[in-house]
Amino acid sequence: MNYQYPDNIKYTKEHEWILEKEGSGTVGITDYAQHSLGDIVFVELPEVGQKVKVGDSLGVVESVKAVSDIYAPCSGTVRMVNENLLADPGLLNDNPYTAGWLVEIEVEELADKLLSAKEYRFLILEGAEEG
Amino acid sequence: MSTGKRTSLYSQHVKLGAKIADFAGWEMPIQYQSIIKEHHAVRTGAGLFDVSHMGEIEVSGTDAQNFLQKVCTNDLARMSVGQVIYTPMCNFTGGIIDDLLVYRIKQDQFWLVVNAGNKDKDWEWLNEQLADAQLHRGAGDEQTVELRDISEKTGLLALQGPLAQQLLAKISTESLENLRYYHFVFTNLVGVDALVSRTGYTGEDGFELYIPVEKTPLIWDKLFEVGNALGLGLVPVGLGARDTLRFEACLPLYGHELTSKVTPLEAGLEYFVAWQKDDFIGKTALLKQKEVGIFRKLVGFTMIERGIPRAGYPLIKNGESIGEVTSGSFAPTIGQNLGLGFVSSKEAFVDNDIYVSIREKEVKAKIIKKPFYKREVKK
Repeated sequence: MNYQYPDNIKYTKEHEWILEKEGSGTVGITDYAQHSLGDIVFVELPEVGQKVKVGDSLGVVESVKAVSDIYAPCSGTVRMVNENLLADPGLLNDNPYTAGWLVEIEVEELADKLLSAKEYRFLILEGAEEG
Repeated sequence: MSTGKRTSLYSQHVKLGAKIADFAGWEMPIQYQSIIKEHHAVRTGAGLFDVSHMGEIEVSGTDAQNFLQKVCTNDLARMSVGQVIYTPMCNFTGGIIDDLLVYRIKQDQFWLVVNAGNKDKDWEWLNEQLADAQLHRGAGDEQTVELRDISEKTGLLALQGPLAQQLLAKISTESLENLRYYHFVFTNLVGVDALVSRTGYTGEDGFELYIPVEKTPLIWDKLFEVGNALGLGLVPVGLGARDTLRFEACLPLYGHELTSKVTPLEAGLEYFVAWQKDDFIGKTALLKQKEVGIFRKLVGFTMIERGIPRAGYPLIKNGESIGEVTSGSFAPTIGQNLGLGFVSSKEAFVDNDIYVSIREKEVKAKIIKKPFYKREVKK
């Protein structure tokens, strides 16, 4: 399976991505994550203004079969949530890196162990081989 | 990756790009493309399922009917050859060991079609009950019962959806148009002898095809070939959509709605309990339960507030636990988040507002009528 791994974003081992620009971080789930989950039918997002630490729950994404927690890849304050996902959670399947973004966070600090596209891709391929 | 049992169609599933996962010790296709797309295909067109993991047990002999009358709650005496019935099989306390289909193949020969995950347990239970019956038989009694596990040599496909009949008719020597619901025929499918019944687990019209295991891939491939040639849009359907389809039709799933601790009365299956029969295993306990009244009932509910109920989530009313979700999902045809669950009998009425505890939050729901989905029967 060929997944997309854009170069300009950072990844977590839990399959979130973050694009940080001038202190503002956009967070979503990866192409691999949406594919593994299958048809996404429900998204729960945090409150705007909520403060989060690295690894805190940012919300929940549910497919027909699975419930998956989203973990914060940075600390900071939630500035915006993608309300389009509430009515159309399928956006996450169709465009995980663009229209399917989850939240925007005013970043205080990024997680220590964020992966580059190359490292994340390696992680997925390695997992596939072990599988 | 698990190293479970594989059906004869495993390589077909892999070629079709299926997501494979363990189900009751079998490596089964969960989805090929998308659970939701597969679900809609069965509601509007036709879908083909590999359900060869299901178990088949043959019960034959002059005493076969009497034996089955004792282990099943439904009445088999009124079945004619060519008929199928659904029945729970209970333990002595009225708990459900399994729910199964019984096919009357001949006057003295039946097939039991049982859940894959229960097959070994069922086989053991049936043999125990048979040994017990033989122990209590009078001298000179010539009645016989023979049990045979024919699961290994039996492949099973389910062809389901409003276009199923049109498609299957193209490869069947027997006409299927007049085959009634819960009846079967022996037919020949492109040179392969098969038993075809008008049954299924989706809430749609459809058929189940019992085929010698080595011939199953041939029939699977042929159905797609014919389906494509006719432009019927046949799609392969995995166990994921099988679950959402049966869920919308409120067909119970063993391990969820049904367990050895649940009785047919609690699960709303009293219709399949033949009280008029002399005796059957569990009758005394079930009669007692009917007399005393049941404490919990299986209900269906829709979410009023945002959230998806999932198996095991608590059901709450006035801050107190009243039961538990047994199955829950986004229902693709209905377009709502729905659930099935047990609640205490006094709360089990339509329009009752209840709450589902989802990640420690109480989320509002409302009890509604079952089934959630019922197909329109064409006149």
